[in-house]
Parts: sequence; structure tokens; C-alpha cells
Amino acid sequence: MKSTKPGGELMRLKTFPGGIHPHDEKHYSSSAPISDFPTPQRVIIHLSQHIGAPSTPIVQVGDEVLKGQKIAEASGFVSIPQHASISGKVTRISKFMHPTGALSMGIEITSDGQNKSVEMIDDNGWLELDTEEMKARIAEAGICGMGGAGFPTIVKLSPPEDKPIDVVVLNGVECEPYLTSDYRLMLERAEDIIHGLKLIMKIVKAKKGMIGIEANKPDAIQLMEKLCAKEKNLEVVGLKMQYPQGAEKQLIYAATERKVPAGGLPMAVGVVVQNVGTAVAIYEAVRYKKPLIDRIISITGSPVAKPMNLNAPIGSLYSELVEHCGGTKEPVGKAISGGPMMGFALPSLDAAMTKGSSGLVLFNDKAAKSLAEHACLRCARCVDICPMNLLPSMIANAVKYKDLDMAVKAGLNDCIKCGSCSYVCPAQIRLVQYIDTGKIRYAEAQRKK
Amino acid sequence: MKDKYIVSPAPHVHDKTTVKNVMWNVIIALIPALIFAVYHWGLRALILTLTGAIAAVITEALIQKLRKVPVSVHDGSAFLTGMLLAYNIHVGAPIWLPIVGSVFAIGVGKQVFGGLGNNPVNPALLGRAFLLASWPTQMTAGWVAAKNSAMSGLNNLSRIATNLEELSPKAYELVTGATPLKVAQSLRDSSFVADINAQAGGLDVGGRIFGALTEMETLKSLFWGNIGGCIGEVSAFALLLGAAYLLYKNIIEWRIPLYYIGTVFVLSLAFGGIPGSGSSVMLPFFHIFAGGLMLGAFFMATDYTTTPITKKGRIIFGIGCGLLTIVIRLVGGYPEGVSYSILFMNVMTPLIDRLTMPKAFGSVKK
Repeated sequence: MKSTKPGGELMRLKTFPGGIHPHDEKHYSSSAPISDFPTPQRVIIHLSQHIGAPSTPIVQVGDEVLKGQKIAEASGFVSIPQHASISGKVTRISKFMHPTGALSMGIEITSDGQNKSVEMIDDNGWLELDTEEMKARIAEAGICGMGGAGFPTIVKLSPPEDKPIDVVVLNGVECEPYLTSDYRLMLERAEDIIHGLKLIMKIVKAKKGMIGIEANKPDAIQLMEKLCAKEKNLEVVGLKMQYPQGAEKQLIYAATERKVPAGGLPMAVGVVVQNVGTAVAIYEAVRYKKPLIDRIISITGSPVAKPMNLNAPIGSLYSELVEHCGGTKEPVGKAISGGPMMGFALPSLDAAMTKGSSGLVLFNDKAAKSLAEHACLRCARCVDICPMNLLPSMIANAVKYKDLDMAVKAGLNDCIKCGSCSYVCPAQIRLVQYIDTGKIRYAEAQRKK
Repeated sequence: MKDKYIVSPAPHVHDKTTVKNVMWNVIIALIPALIFAVYHWGLRALILTLTGAIAAVITEALIQKLRKVPVSVHDGSAFLTGMLLAYNIHVGAPIWLPIVGSVFAIGVGKQVFGGLGNNPVNPALLGRAFLLASWPTQMTAGWVAAKNSAMSGLNNLSRIATNLEELSPKAYELVTGATPLKVAQSLRDSSFVADINAQAGGLDVGGRIFGALTEMETLKSLFWGNIGGCIGEVSAFALLLGAAYLLYKNIIEWRIPLYYIGTVFVLSLAFGGIPGSGSSVMLPFFHIFAGGLMLGAFFMATDYTTTPITKKGRIIFGIGCGLLTIVIRLVGGYPEGVSYSILFMNVMTPLIDRLTMPKAFGSVKK
């Protein structure tokens, strides 16, 4: 596949083996500029917004807090602190609905209506700071990966000495259908993204920076290319529209042709990947000492009256975000936190958004319907599209018959749960669900050993 | 906003492919061959095909009722099995033949194992093997050639010898009454060749017939289907049309047919000649267009359930089918080997899958 670069020169789009081509459905919200969600009456700051140990609260019910004030500490290295995203009073520390649909501990803050913030700085020498100081500011800002997985950013930025990093890849792929938050961010805050990229490169001592963007966002590619034109060590990589182009290992392969070893991390091939949103958060943390207390979230899907890309305080309730978008114009059948390929279906809109909440997608009744599961035909469609080159149907079958050894041989532990296999299965088998069950059983079996 | 929404695991979107539309698309792809059959042999070809298909559907529905499982005949898989079975029968066969074959194919070939997705071998081919073993006469006698054609596709006998009928009655009988593969097989029998040559007063009739099999005119007959054969197998062209549709629709995958046909092509070039009667670089074309190879390679060897799921496995499966087909055609006792080679490789499928498990993306050699 080829597309034309702004200069008229042909650019070859890069990609990875396998994958699928779902409709991107981004038209609902792609043209809506980022707008601010007004300070809500209350927010819920979840203590588990990231991979790793839940944060430890350092406030009590009744405490007055300022916007940006730290209210929970990191519990160890693989963890992050949390901050109040509005000013007001801590009213409850209890279990609230998480964007995954589960109940999870969080801190409820009720607004005092004043939106008083802690003091921030503007450090003009931000790019010349000592890297340890940069890292300290990033750790203090409570940043985790904003693409969805939510790995603590500081951990990714602290590779061991024996794993030198030479390339930083920014993930602007946004291959999940419907979602447009990264797209709008790239159009509206392109310079800040590049600032963030430069900071990351400095911290991990990488010589090269790349920004991977899918071909369905040509204007974002053009803008980034314009901004990177003068920078010799920055490169914009146009990627073929193919899901899961934004999955870490697939993106690294497409951009650098390096294969992350099975079971390994990107640092094994000298690469660090960060989401474009995370890059902006890093820039703001280093320059302004601003904690991660807000993010862009797409509220989209056919039932939403006015789909929007909102800059909303972390902890805002999904129900209020939808209200702000004019509510719904047709009955909602499904509410998905995240994108439709890997997101979580919620029982209601009572969940509060976290740092990884890139979107809320509503489906009408028709789109929410799914067909009944049939017996496996062994058609091998799942095998042909698996981006990890596994045997999804064989894993699912092995899990069904409790043969964990066979499941592992067929690739259980290498599955990235992208959902491509379930997407193409003509028998509508929920392959990812079986694989997930297998992963849980495997972890249990390992613990028993 | 206290609505209760549907909660289900990701992904929440799905492509439009279903079991049903896969099956009906394969059936659509088989229609050009049926049109061809009706053109050449009249409505009887259609009646036999529909009889086989309907018998299969009824059998499946009855057994599913007995098993107290949901009746799923609307998915088209039983119809397809019955249709494929009838395609493996010649138009002169009695009407009960496809019925018995379909009942066996669905009953013993498919439902006994638990229905769609669980059968170890291709049910239509199993049905055909059962018929051939039980009623060999009905399966092989009374063949009818296509309109204005000789059974063997040797449509211009004067190129072999003027008045071949008087010159060598046995040779005449062969080229007018046998399918192309049967002709090729008979010519490998040296005492038979000596016989027909003797009848013609020492003229090398055998060599001439063999030469004529690979002439452009004969190959054209084979390609278009102006020969004798089973209902659905004679026109390579019609089957290729259907195959192109399935490949375009992403319903079948290229590996098995390519490696199957490729193997037959290469091996027939290397070993297809007959010592004494000569050889020809056109032999591979004779072998890929004759018999049931096109039907087998694109519509039977691509059956999902009974073929490997791994990519490497599919290559091995294709090569294995090709190898066995050629061994049966050139060495074995039958003129044609497509169905037995596919059945044999079907049985090997679980083993092939286990031996060809892929390495995950990024795996390092240990």
C-alpha cells in the first residue's frame, strides 16, 4: 500500500504480519475539537489506575484537598501516586465502579466549587535538567501509560544498565475503532508531543525518536512530518490501517523491523514505546511539575447526541460525561469503556474514568447484539490473522478440556488478547475469553507449584 | 442513567462472516460446474445433485432430532456434503445411489462424530468410497460422455489412425468408452498395449493414443470439460471459476490447492511418461485437468474440519495429497486417486497439526 507524502513523494506504509481490518468508525468524533469538561460536582480517584500495586491513600475522609494535591502514594517501585483532580473535600474512601466494570477502592472528592490548585512552576530550562530530576518529576506526577494498559511510566523510563535503549517510539496509532482522543491530541498539541518525545529520548539516552501513526489520520501524519522536518533524529512512520497496529510488539516491528522476543520486553531490542498522551503528560510534569489529573477522552458511538473529545479531570463519572455530550438520542445496548476490540462492557455508566480511559463507546441495541456460539469448524481464520502467530482455536479448545500443557504449547502465554481471533471467527467463538480463562488457570497452577 | 446494558467479553465488534454464509458461498461456487453438467447431460444431472443434497439435509435433520440437539440444516453444511457427493457420481447412475451415499456420508461420516466440526474425514468422500466399495458396477458402468464428445476427450480419432475402429477394435473401444485417466492407465499395461498394437498389424497405436492425450486439442477438451466423467468434476474451467470466487471471498486459502496441484504438476512431469510409449512436457497439464483434481483440490481438500489448521501443516497436506494422487494414478490399481489421497491425508491431519505448531512472533531459536 502506498500513499503520497506531503511533498508528493511516495511513502511506503509499514505494517506487521497478520491482523484484521475492522471499520474504523472514527467519523462520529474525529472532527470534534478537544473541549474542556467543566469541573464536576464530584470525582472518584481510583487507587488502581495502573499495572502494579494499588496506591496507598494519605488523606482521610473530611480532609480538604487542593486540585493537584497528592492524595495517595506509590506502594513500591511498580506503582504510582494519585492526585486530586478538583479541589474540595474527601467524602468517602470506599469501593467504586472501575472502568473495567469491577468494584475497586477509590477516593471520592466532592467539589468546593472553587477549583483551587496547588502551585505549579514554569521551568524554562526543562530540556536541560538533570535526567534524575526529570525522572523524579515524572514519578511524582503519577504518570502511567495512557494508551490503556497503564504501566507505570517511570518504570519504563528506568531500563537496567545492560539494556541500552537507542529508539523511542511514540504510539499515535490509535488502531481501536471509534476512538479519536489521540488523533485530536496529535492535531491540537503536536508540539507538546514532540517536547515529550525529546524528554523521553534524553532520559533513556536514545538517539532516535519515531512517531507511529496509522494511515487513516493523514492530517496528523502531515502535521507531525512538518514539525519533524527540521529534526534529523525524529521520524514520522506512516502505518497501514490494520488492527492491532498499535499493540506494542506489532508497532515496534512495523517501525523498526525488530522483533521483541516472545515473553520479553521492548527494552530487549533497545526500544521504549510511549503513548502520545503519555508524552504530553511527561512534558507537563517536567516543565510545570503538573501531576496527571486530566486527560482527553472520546465520548462516542451512534447513540451519543453530540460525540466529543473532552479534556476531563481524572475521576469524572461516565454518566456525567455522556450528559455533557447532550445525552443519548437512541436506546443504549452496550457501554464500552475503551475501544470495542479490547474495552470493557459496563453494566451501567456509574464508573469513573481513570488515567487509561481513552474513550467511552456507546452501542445501540442493534450493534450490541451478538450471535450464538457454534462448534469450531477448524477453518483456521484465527490462525491466519493472529498477529502473534499462535493457534487461538487450539488454545481455546485445550482450555475447554483443561489441558493446560497443550494450551501453553499452542501459545497461551504469548497471547496479547487483541481480540482479532474472536473478531473473525465464523462460529462466533469467544476465543479471547477462553484464552483469558486459560491464563488465569495457568497463573493458579504456577502458584500451587 | 440506571439502565442495564449488555455485559460481554471483548471484542464487541465482529466481521460479517458466519458458518452459514461460508457454506452457502461454497455452494454458490459449485454452481458453474452444475450449469455445465446440465448443459451436457440435461436435467438428470440437476436431479441427481438435488437428490443427493436433499437426502443429506433430511438425514441430518432426522439424526439431530434423534440426538435431541438443535436442528442446524439451515447452515448449509449438509446440503453442501450431499451436493459434493452427487458431484462424485456419474450421470448414468441410478437415482438411489446419491441417496444411499448421502445417508451414509451424513450418518456415519458426520453425525456419529458429533456433527459439524467433529468429523475426522471428509463426509462426501467417505460416502463416495462407501458407494464405490459397495456398488462398484453402478458407480463405474453406464458412463455418459459430454455433448458431442468422446468419453476420453480424444474427440478427433482420425489423428490417431483413420478407421481406428477396423484397425484395432480394442483401441477404439478404449478411446471411446473410457475416461481420460482410464485411457492413460490402460496404456501403462504393456500386454494390453502389445495387444492393440498387434491388432493394428504392428502399428504403434498405443504410442499414438498416448501422444494424442497430451495434444493441445485434447487438453482443451479436458479444460472445458468435453469429456466423460462424474457430474461435478469434468469441467476444470467451471471449477476454477468457483475456486476464484472462493479465493476472492477469502473462504478458502491458497496453500492446500496450490501445493496439491503443484505437486501433481511436478511429479507428472517427472514420472508421467510411459517407457516405450513416450512422454511429453504437456503431461502435467493432462494430469491437472483430468479426473477430479480441480474439484478435489479446491472443494474437498480445503474442507475446514478435516484439514490442518497450521500454515505449514496445510503445505504438507497439499504435498501429501499430490504425492498420493500421482502414486495411485501411475502405480496403483485405480485410474484416479484424488478421493483416496484426500481421505488418507484427512486421517493424518491431527498428527500434522501437532508436528507443525508455529512459533510465536518473536520466538528465539533455542
